[in-house]
Amino acid sequence: MNWQIFLETMPEGDAAWWEMLASGLGWTLACAACAWVIALAAGTGIGIARTGASRAAARAAIIYVELFRNIPLIVQFFLWYFVLPELCAPLKRWVIEADPSVVQFLAATSCLGLFTSARIAEQVRAGIESLGRGQRQAARAMGLSEAQCYRHVLLPVTFRVIMPPLTSELMNLVKNTAVAYSIGLAELFFRTREMGEITFRYFEAFAAATLAYMVIALAANRAMRFIERRIAVPGVAGTARSAH
Amino acid sequence: MMIRPDSITALARALGLTGLVGALAASFSCALAQDLGGTLKKVREAGTIVVGHRDSSIPFSYLDDRQAPVGYSVELCLRIVEAVKDTLKMPALKVQMQAVTSSNRIPLLQNGTVDLECGSTTNSIERQRQVAFGLTTFVTNVKVVVKKSSAIQSLADLNGKPVATTSGTTSVQLLRAHEKAKGIDFREIYGKDHAESFLLLENDRAAAFVMDDILIAGLVANSRNAKDYRFLDEVLRTEPYGIMIRKDDPAFKKLVDDTLASLMRSGEVARLYARWFTSPIPPRSINLEFPMSKELAEAIRSPNDRGI
Repeated sequence: MNWQIFLETMPEGDAAWWEMLASGLGWTLACAACAWVIALAAGTGIGIARTGASRAAARAAIIYVELFRNIPLIVQFFLWYFVLPELCAPLKRWVIEADPSVVQFLAATSCLGLFTSARIAEQVRAGIESLGRGQRQAARAMGLSEAQCYRHVLLPVTFRVIMPPLTSELMNLVKNTAVAYSIGLAELFFRTREMGEITFRYFEAFAAATLAYMVIALAANRAMRFIERRIAVPGVAGTARSAH
Repeated sequence: MMIRPDSITALARALGLTGLVGALAASFSCALAQDLGGTLKKVREAGTIVVGHRDSSIPFSYLDDRQAPVGYSVELCLRIVEAVKDTLKMPALKVQMQAVTSSNRIPLLQNGTVDLECGSTTNSIERQRQVAFGLTTFVTNVKVVVKKSSAIQSLADLNGKPVATTSGTTSVQLLRAHEKAKGIDFREIYGKDHAESFLLLENDRAAAFVMDDILIAGLVANSRNAKDYRFLDEVLRTEPYGIMIRKDDPAFKKLVDDTLASLMRSGEVARLYARWFTSPIPPRSINLEFPMSKELAEAIRSPNDRGI
């Protein structure tokens, strides 16, 4: 083991290896953050459709969920990046002209966002169904519309209930960004492999990457835990116990 | 052999040369351990020799339709294995084939999982710090392939255009070096393997693909429209391929080199070359039509293991 390697500059480049890995880390974080926004928004919408009054919307939501969670992630990356532009001529023209890293980033965030949204949709559905019918009926009896019922009664409690599985979903999302190496996005795993291939310092490179992924995942975990405590309402289902 | 520290100290004190003798004893026992730790000893004790091969380095080392490793490098390695059997007088020596990838070939060789690697590995000075190479068995030119329909005639025409290459290969560094030297700005796109890099060119997502000419020839020969592609004349770099073995193992290195040199002298290497590079090969009976370069002919006339 020789940790000095991180300070050495890359061949044919002015940057040191640690800077290279740090730029990869930047792409990883950006990709995870954007995908998380997509995943939360789409996942909540699909989760609502799954439990709402409209039978057609519920059926469409089931198809959506099964489609995105049954196809292996690496295959989805391939489909978004290589296949989708072939099916859509205007998109293809844009993709040829655009900066490759922008195309890779958009493909990666869409892919990860929608993949994760299917999983979050199921958690939102489970959370809503765990509340029992009484809440919904009481809200409607008070004259709230269906939308108001979700906005003011069901979702606020649901999100408190599903904070623990959402936390693990966020941690999974961070780690799943590594699969974006397969479409050439220069994120952390891509840079780690590249460093290994060029310097043959696989152990040092992967040790650094392992540490970085663990730190991000743990930070995500702590942040979610903090939110979970801040939003806890005593007496409501899913309230975090203070002992933890 | 165990050397008790107190016996060294006693000896050194007796001779009045504490530091010097200590250092000599230490270096001597190191050299001894390395000689005994060679590949030949390992193979004799295990009764098995492990040959590392690739799964899709056509036509060097790849899996045929029965999933058996075949190819030019694999055949050369099997001749070396025969020589090992003769040297150790172990005709029943077991030969185990182990698949390796471009990422794990060096670690697996170093940690003893494989005893020699038969693929398409560039003999580079950088790699020689980690491993050793047998005599050069192939010479590749790193070249640029474009579509015939494009107007690109030289590397300079690629300024501002997307250029595909495979992540983690030496071509990545070559491209960057070329950019710096010539003030050209490519938009690099990376495929995770050669097939995906080629797909980027095939789908017009990249204007060019930079890679070893023989690997490109294999991809082109297997593509839907093999006649659609052409090479640019410029050669970015010429690289020797060699069979990879562990470093600091002179006995095994000599056996590998002697075997290859005699195959080169007898014309056997030229026959093997014709079989894999200019004849139909399994699994789809495609002919790469890749005649021997003058660089390789020279390397066969005067065998050497110079890296780049």
